[in-house]
Amino acid sequence: MDVISIKPLLAVFISAAASVLILLSDKKRNLRETWTMIAATLKFIIIASMIPAVLEGNNIYYKLFNILPGIPFAFRVDAFGLLFGVLASFLWILTSVYSIGYVRGLAEHAQTRYFASFAIALSSTIGVAFAANLLTLFVFYEILTLITYPLVIHKQSAKAKSAGRKYLVYTLSGGVVLLFAIIATYSLTGSLGFTPGGFLYGYGSVLGLQILFAAYIVGFGVKAAFMPLHSWLPSAMVAPTPVSALLHAVAVVKAGVFGVVRTIFFVFGPTLVSKLGVGIPLAYFVAYTILVASMFALTQDNLKKMLAYSTISQLSYIILGAAYVNPAGLFGGVMHIAHHAFMKITLFFCAGAIYVATKKKNISELDGIGKSMPYTMAAFSIAAFGMAGFPPVCGYLSKWYLLLGSVEANQLPLVAVLLSSALLNVAYFFPIIYRAYFKQAKTKTKKNEAPALMLIPLTLTAAISIILGLWPDAPGFFYGLVELMAKNIFGGI
Amino acid sequence: MNTNLPVLIVIIPLMSSFIMPVVGLIRRRYCHILSFIATSAVFILAIMLIKNVTLHGTLSYHLGNWEPPWGIEYVIDNLGAYMAAIIAFIGLSISVYSKKSIEKELNKNLVFYYTLHMLLLTGLLGIVVTGDIFNLYVFLEISSLSAYALIALGEKRQALTASFKYLILGTIAASFILIGIGFLYAVTGTLNMADMSLHLEELYGSRVVHAAAVLIVVGLSIKIALFPLHSWLPNAYTHAPSTVSALIAALMSKVGAYMMIRLLYDVFTINFFIETMPVGEILSWTAAIAIIAGSISAIAQKNIKRMLAYSSISQIGYIVLGIGLANTAGLTGSLLHILNHALMKGCLFLAVGAIIYKTGIKNIGDFNGLGKKMPYTMAFFAIASLSMVGVPPLCGFFSKWYLALGSIEAGRWIFALVILSSSLLNAGYFFRVLEKAYFGEQNKIDKTIAPASMLIPMLVLAAACIVFGILVYMILPYVQYTAISLIQ
Repeated sequence: MDVISIKPLLAVFISAAASVLILLSDKKRNLRETWTMIAATLKFIIIASMIPAVLEGNNIYYKLFNILPGIPFAFRVDAFGLLFGVLASFLWILTSVYSIGYVRGLAEHAQTRYFASFAIALSSTIGVAFAANLLTLFVFYEILTLITYPLVIHKQSAKAKSAGRKYLVYTLSGGVVLLFAIIATYSLTGSLGFTPGGFLYGYGSVLGLQILFAAYIVGFGVKAAFMPLHSWLPSAMVAPTPVSALLHAVAVVKAGVFGVVRTIFFVFGPTLVSKLGVGIPLAYFVAYTILVASMFALTQDNLKKMLAYSTISQLSYIILGAAYVNPAGLFGGVMHIAHHAFMKITLFFCAGAIYVATKKKNISELDGIGKSMPYTMAAFSIAAFGMAGFPPVCGYLSKWYLLLGSVEANQLPLVAVLLSSALLNVAYFFPIIYRAYFKQAKTKTKKNEAPALMLIPLTLTAAISIILGLWPDAPGFFYGLVELMAKNIFGGI
Repeated sequence: MNTNLPVLIVIIPLMSSFIMPVVGLIRRRYCHILSFIATSAVFILAIMLIKNVTLHGTLSYHLGNWEPPWGIEYVIDNLGAYMAAIIAFIGLSISVYSKKSIEKELNKNLVFYYTLHMLLLTGLLGIVVTGDIFNLYVFLEISSLSAYALIALGEKRQALTASFKYLILGTIAASFILIGIGFLYAVTGTLNMADMSLHLEELYGSRVVHAAAVLIVVGLSIKIALFPLHSWLPNAYTHAPSTVSALIAALMSKVGAYMMIRLLYDVFTINFFIETMPVGEILSWTAAIAIIAGSISAIAQKNIKRMLAYSSISQIGYIVLGIGLANTAGLTGSLLHILNHALMKGCLFLAVGAIIYKTGIKNIGDFNGLGKKMPYTMAFFAIASLSMVGVPPLCGFFSKWYLALGSIEAGRWIFALVILSSSLLNAGYFFRVLEKAYFGEQNKIDKTIAPASMLIPMLVLAAACIVFGILVYMILPYVQYTAISLIQ
């Protein structure tokens, strides 16, 4: 049932409104950061206040106007959108705190531009999450692409500019393919609204729909960064670390993954995906990324680049789960959106903290850092254990469901892929932990932690990663939302 | 319905261009005031026309009270009123803008400029209101001749050669069109377009009609610079004075496209140019090539005005592609793009004009730091560029949407791919400029702000890019209705 409420609209636009205030308070940096913090807190409160209504089985709907005949510019908050919204808006609060510590710690230039772009990026992310139809989603998806560009080339060095160009070429091309798919869908059906279980069934030919499916996957796939569309992501690591943490581990890349999941379950629907026989080929396709990106991660010395490859690999886990089109796979995939977000943002926060405290970027320089930065490295280790799938950190849960989904789909080779990827995770994370704790630093170091504004967020995200693993179905946590989503799609499990 | 509106909208600019030299003799600065008053009046009339057309249907005015088809008839239907509104809106914006710009660039020739400006508008408005095919030709020549002269006013000597080249090609095109019209007159015995269309129905097999169609389409293709008949355009746009570039880039090619729509859909009708002769097919393919070729050439340019000129060649391709598709969605896309491109290109050329006015920068290589130096001008430039790239929800997105939709509905997937991938090429040349302006190395920068009389028209056009994008549903029923009535 749809409940009409203005909350989704407010949730989307509050940070865009804040960006105006941020630009206006260019010179007064404390006031400027106050706007960010107020917007972030309000945004999260508004979004969180929608949880009870959605858990009762309602969708929260708000329509602005018809953008094209039959296509409203509208928001509909369902369980899946809300999950992404809660996640992004909550992590924005922590990232904002961390950002303040980071940009002040490094005395970065163009801070106003940085905070203003960040606020608009969050508006677009929530717009993607709450969009009621493909066209509304596309509008925010493209704005997200463009507003991230100033953040990627923040340094304005030649390297940053070339990374920015690469980023635009990839993401705009993806946008073009996606737009093509959306127009083709509109021409086939005359409607674009997301429907649990899909709305394309009964239209078009099998071959036509298979091509359309591929177009959607490629379109969203650029941001979801599966191979061979991934190479913008490691280059984009030239951005400031909070950007890499929130946008390149949560908001932007997950907007791509979010789009893939929306396409599979809300545009095509499980029945049609099975009938077209496109799910399992997609699963094998992304399985390649899971393995190869992990191997790439093994060879990186730059810590952020290694994390980027790890992200590429983990994003494909989510698509893998969705591609099975069975409840367990969906569970694992969607849970992993949240779990991976908390673990990966912790890792990026740690990388940024190390950089601010010691100016070190490379793994090979991290000998003995466990002594000088004990809290940071503790959080890092927790998240790294989680990535490798050790309970009780939350990563094991989503992987468990993904394995279950693979077994249900009768895909034993993919079970092997998942297990060996877990081993590869161990292989690239544990050397860092080993260096940090068991190798001696060349010069004697004393305790040298990052500023508290950075330490607090990273401790919190690490703690939440454990809590999510220990107590996943606590009221208001993501489990309930995923359960509801699965119920709407598969009609009860 | 009978009303004087259709003729007033032509008479006002015509008379004001005649009075202009006299006014210039009295006091030069009155010229600007007169042109502002005249264009404002035209704008108000155009709004009244749209209102009247939506309320009462097609308007008709019989010149000298001679009954059509013997006398000249002015007919304003949905399409005519739409075009008149676009011309009036851009004409007014540029008239406001021209005050400072012309004083600096063309101080010596100020009176000439305003006279020709009004004469150009007379020609353009005449084209869209007349229902008589020979009258159409006369107005086309009025607008073309004023355009040649306006381009020749450019500061540099190259303006003269550019204008001369345009004159030669434009005259060849005009001769083609005139011969075509002559052929049609020879076989039908009438010059009234509605009447001619009825007579033509029995003559679709006639060789003379085929020849006339070819002559007219080729002539118009030169006039609108459809690739590969575009060679006059880049120099003309580059070397003309800033306001003239804006005026002809935003309006001249659009009115040419209007003529193409009017003659193909209303005179020859869809049965002829799709089923009897493959004109639509040929136009679509040519347009697809124009889109790609224009964009690629634009990427290679160093001069900003030249880059925008090549971009126009590509954008004209969009409009012609929709005309060639001959289905509702495609034609809706074309009509929307006539409006949107006029807004976007108008805004871009005006912004470049303001940059040249304040800093003299013409090369993209010198754009470093311009985002800080001229923040408002560059912001408007950026909005219009993003709209050209087709970023939603700006207006350029929606014309591309309908053109791609039309291509898919016509079963031409390849055209949809061309349209969409060309937005990547657009992004290629516009982001090059934006990256320099906003993220280039900046030395010491002193902020300069263009005069308000230049900023306000740019602001209005940039705002229109946003408004006609987000609120496209407000004009969409009108445009779609126009497209449907043209196709039936």
